[in-house]
Amino acid sequence: MKTEHEIHKRRLGRNVGVGILLAGFVAVVFGLTMAKVTGVGLKDRFEPQRAINQIGIGG
Amino acid sequence: MSDLSTSTPEGEASFGDYIALFKPRVMSLVVFTAFVGLMVAPVSVHPMVAFTSILFIAVGAGASGALNMWWDADIDMVMKRTQSRPIPAGRVQPGEALQLGIWLSVISVGMLGLAANIPAAGLLAFTIFFYAVVYTMWLKRWTPQNIVIGGAAGAFPPMVGWVAATGSVSLEAILMFAVIFFWTPPHFWALALFVKTDYAKAGVPMLTVTHGRKETRKQILIYTLILAPVAVGLGFTSIGGPVYLTAAVIMNVIFILGGWKIFKRDEATTEADNHAAERKFFKFSIAYLFLHFTALLVEKGLAAYGLGGWA
Repeated sequence: MKTEHEIHKRRLGRNVGVGILLAGFVAVVFGLTMAKVTGVGLKDRFEPQRAINQIGIGG
Repeated sequence: MSDLSTSTPEGEASFGDYIALFKPRVMSLVVFTAFVGLMVAPVSVHPMVAFTSILFIAVGAGASGALNMWWDADIDMVMKRTQSRPIPAGRVQPGEALQLGIWLSVISVGMLGLAANIPAAGLLAFTIFFYAVVYTMWLKRWTPQNIVIGGAAGAFPPMVGWVAATGSVSLEAILMFAVIFFWTPPHFWALALFVKTDYAKAGVPMLTVTHGRKETRKQILIYTLILAPVAVGLGFTSIGGPVYLTAAVIMNVIFILGGWKIFKRDEATTEADNHAAERKFFKFSIAYLFLHFTALLVEKGLAAYGLGGWA
């Protein structure tokens, strides 16, 4: 019984560890996406008014 | 419950066993040097992009560590120092380490490409290939220059960090690489002089075994002499400055003197004081690398107040 208990403990540890890593990975991907969408590469972001000015349409 | 009765606790890996496959101590050096490489670059990087880049450079390093443990399981089983590693101890199956190494390599390269840029991802992929294939599979068991070549793999992280920030390689990145590259041989050979690892039994051609201890001492001194102009030279680039230069000159003088002391010692003296000079040199070598990269960070930090660098 003690052996089985030890195995359960190790498996639980592994499962919890992998779970935390996966949750962390999701958080990192989410954070990175938010950073890319909101902050990085502002010059590449589509801005309707600037596009209108450059092309010279709309008045 | 029937499936449990067939497995033993010894064969059941804990979470920590998988972490051990990534060589966490090597990873800490990778994280630090990659962080410095990224921070000292002359561009501002979004904190989340910087964090993600360093995280996946570290994951890539861990993946190559797992591939190394998979390939080297046979010699790890022979050498006393490495017998308790997860694979030789029977807690992790070799196939598991291989799978983990391959998939984490793919994930780390892909994520670095998404977070930073393609050149950085390419350089990380090359680093993993270099460590796992060129060093571990080809050269480690073939030439006593294994430490020199393996050092290149450990020298790439600050360069990857720099490229993640700037998108290209520059003189500064090459010199940061060169500092770690030329630092590695004296660091490891000093260790090899006082740690009795049974490399001969495992068939690994360590310099101490193939060319003897006297030659190893000479090589340590030679590398400290090559390292000094490289480390001091970094001080004259855009990421250097008076603080770094002062630190580099002082540390390189100490390092060369330590190398000279090791070179002049004979085996009887060394045995008599239990390798005191070699141990001291090894300990200092760790501080040497840490302080060089810290000094680069200090220059960058001071620059924010108009004090750092040469400008």
